[in-house]
Amino acid sequence: MAGTTQKRWTSGQAKSRRGTEDPWYIRWILIGVAALFAGVFLILPLANVFGQAFAKGWQTAFGSLTDPDTIAATKLTALATLISVPLNTVFGVAAAWLIAKFEFRGKAVLTTLIDLPFSVSPVVTGLVYVLLFGLRGYFGPWLDRHDIQIIFAVPGIVLATIFVTFPFVARELIPLMQAQGSDQEQAALTLGATGWQTFWHVTLPSIKWGLLYGVILCTARAVGEFGAVSVVSGHITGITDTLPLRIEKLDKEYNSVAAFSIAALLAVLALLTLGLKTWLEHRQQRELDLAQTSSDSPDEH
Amino acid sequence: MSIELRNISKRFGDVAAVQNVSFKVAEGELVALLGPSGGGKTTVLRMIAGLEQPTEGDILIRGQRVNDVSVQKRNIGFVFQGYALFKTMSVADNIAFGLKIKKWPQAEINDRVAELLKLFGLDGLGKRFPHQLSGGQRQRVAIARSLAPKPSVLLLDEPFGAVDAKIRQELRDWLVHLHDELSVTTVFVTHDQEEAMEVSNRIVIFSRGNLEQIGAPQEVYERPSNEFVARFIGVLNVLELRVEHGVARLHELTFPTHGVAEGSNLRIGFRPYAVQISPDLSEYRYRATLKHVYFLGVQLRLELETPSGLTLRTRITKDEFVRLGLAEDKEISFQIREYRVLSRDGFALSPEVSAVHQLPSIAENI
Repeated sequence: MAGTTQKRWTSGQAKSRRGTEDPWYIRWILIGVAALFAGVFLILPLANVFGQAFAKGWQTAFGSLTDPDTIAATKLTALATLISVPLNTVFGVAAAWLIAKFEFRGKAVLTTLIDLPFSVSPVVTGLVYVLLFGLRGYFGPWLDRHDIQIIFAVPGIVLATIFVTFPFVARELIPLMQAQGSDQEQAALTLGATGWQTFWHVTLPSIKWGLLYGVILCTARAVGEFGAVSVVSGHITGITDTLPLRIEKLDKEYNSVAAFSIAALLAVLALLTLGLKTWLEHRQQRELDLAQTSSDSPDEH
Repeated sequence: MSIELRNISKRFGDVAAVQNVSFKVAEGELVALLGPSGGGKTTVLRMIAGLEQPTEGDILIRGQRVNDVSVQKRNIGFVFQGYALFKTMSVADNIAFGLKIKKWPQAEINDRVAELLKLFGLDGLGKRFPHQLSGGQRQRVAIARSLAPKPSVLLLDEPFGAVDAKIRQELRDWLVHLHDELSVTTVFVTHDQEEAMEVSNRIVIFSRGNLEQIGAPQEVYERPSNEFVARFIGVLNVLELRVEHGVARLHELTFPTHGVAEGSNLRIGFRPYAVQISPDLSEYRYRATLKHVYFLGVQLRLELETPSGLTLRTRITKDEFVRLGLAEDKEISFQIREYRVLSRDGFALSPEVSAVHQLPSIAENI
């Protein structure tokens, strides 16, 4: 509705310059600055990644991806992602449900806590885990006695990834679920549905695009996380190196083709994510619009 | 199915939303819960449904205490204020939802959905989604959905609140017909007294969490149990009189004292139809100017202003208005045919005491 009014208004004013419109040279200067900025800081580095990766031909580039240590790093990254994303999805849905549909004491505290990983530097996060589970940490001696290793091992990497990607799903769902309210769920209850049936048949279908969007962002971050993982990993080649850590190591070893080949792989993943994200944003906006077209605006048809 | 509330109270934290409310709804009745917003009527409806738990008191459906019966097991149909249709489901799927949950066989579900679509005038709309429907259609889908599993009680929260005036009238008539046809015990919440009067067999009036009166529409209109009800159901002119020199008086208007002591106050109220007017200035006792005329169709609402600035409201038919040759700003004479004493010295009176008092219709001084 707003769109059509605006359109009509603009077309009516098409010939005369609008009062709020700047002269042409200002527009072109602004567009130029934006394009230059994007070119220098975004497109050029990205092109460089692919350029460097393929500097010695396709074979070398793909060959460096099949290096056993790189394969091990790929597996570890996949493992950390496959554990942290489902966990954070379940947690995110539960937390968003709790915050959006219920009133309780400490709600503000929980909302702030969910945002904590956004505000804490990843390196600090890593250090906190070292302080807790490292040999000299609080639980270190106990863990050592029971032969459990967390820091400089896979569990530490998974924990750090979970912490860093903690807010993505919840943050995405809270505003959506708040806009939707709990009327539909209550209606399902009066029709005899249990809480679980209500969640499965009513809540989940109405948040699915938002949820998927959150999961995509969460996955992208889990794959790309460097700081926190770097602190807890210990950089043991072939054992505790994730893909981003592997890139850093190869780069330091002056193996730029291999480093950039992996970087190119991550860049492709990022571009895919970006495409998916754009499409999902569109779907999700529709979901949100639907949530807001409540039944009190009866006659658009 | 009969519903009974016994000494129901509900508190939200420190706020008492409903206070010691008791009433019965007989099998097959159509009852309105009426009151201003914040009166507690929706809370009462939600407690009957099981969406809220009473803090005190018992709720009985067909004589069985249901306080501990969950909302799923109470076998009620509930229509929400904004309809709360499932937005990701088609109309047919919305209606079928309760049946699927109750594990009806698919063939019976299909038959029931088809039957309801027909009954509710939604033929051919089964595949549409809620956002593709008009307000009136959405409302009918919401009612069809709630009735699909054959509930023993139908509860509606402000069912006509979200549609425009014309459709609202259609839906009212339609609800009455539907109730006649299905004769399911129905309770609905409204803040619109006209709607309550028109649709229901009986009205339960709430204000600030208290039950003010319960009765048939005509009963609560003609014999309101207190000033709140009298003012809420229809229009009421209220005058605050002071007893001086043996008469109760407000400016030029005088009434009998009704035993109120000299210097004390007396509050009276009267309906618009109790005010008689005439273009003949000598016919009735008081003078006034016809300040405003509001056309309501067959009836007109008039606002009189006395020389001392009092405003009184009255009603007259259009034919009468024309016959008397009335017009805005015209001088008229009037009298108050009957009235009710609302309170003495600030104390509200019971309905028996505040019986209607007739005034002699000739222009004489009291």
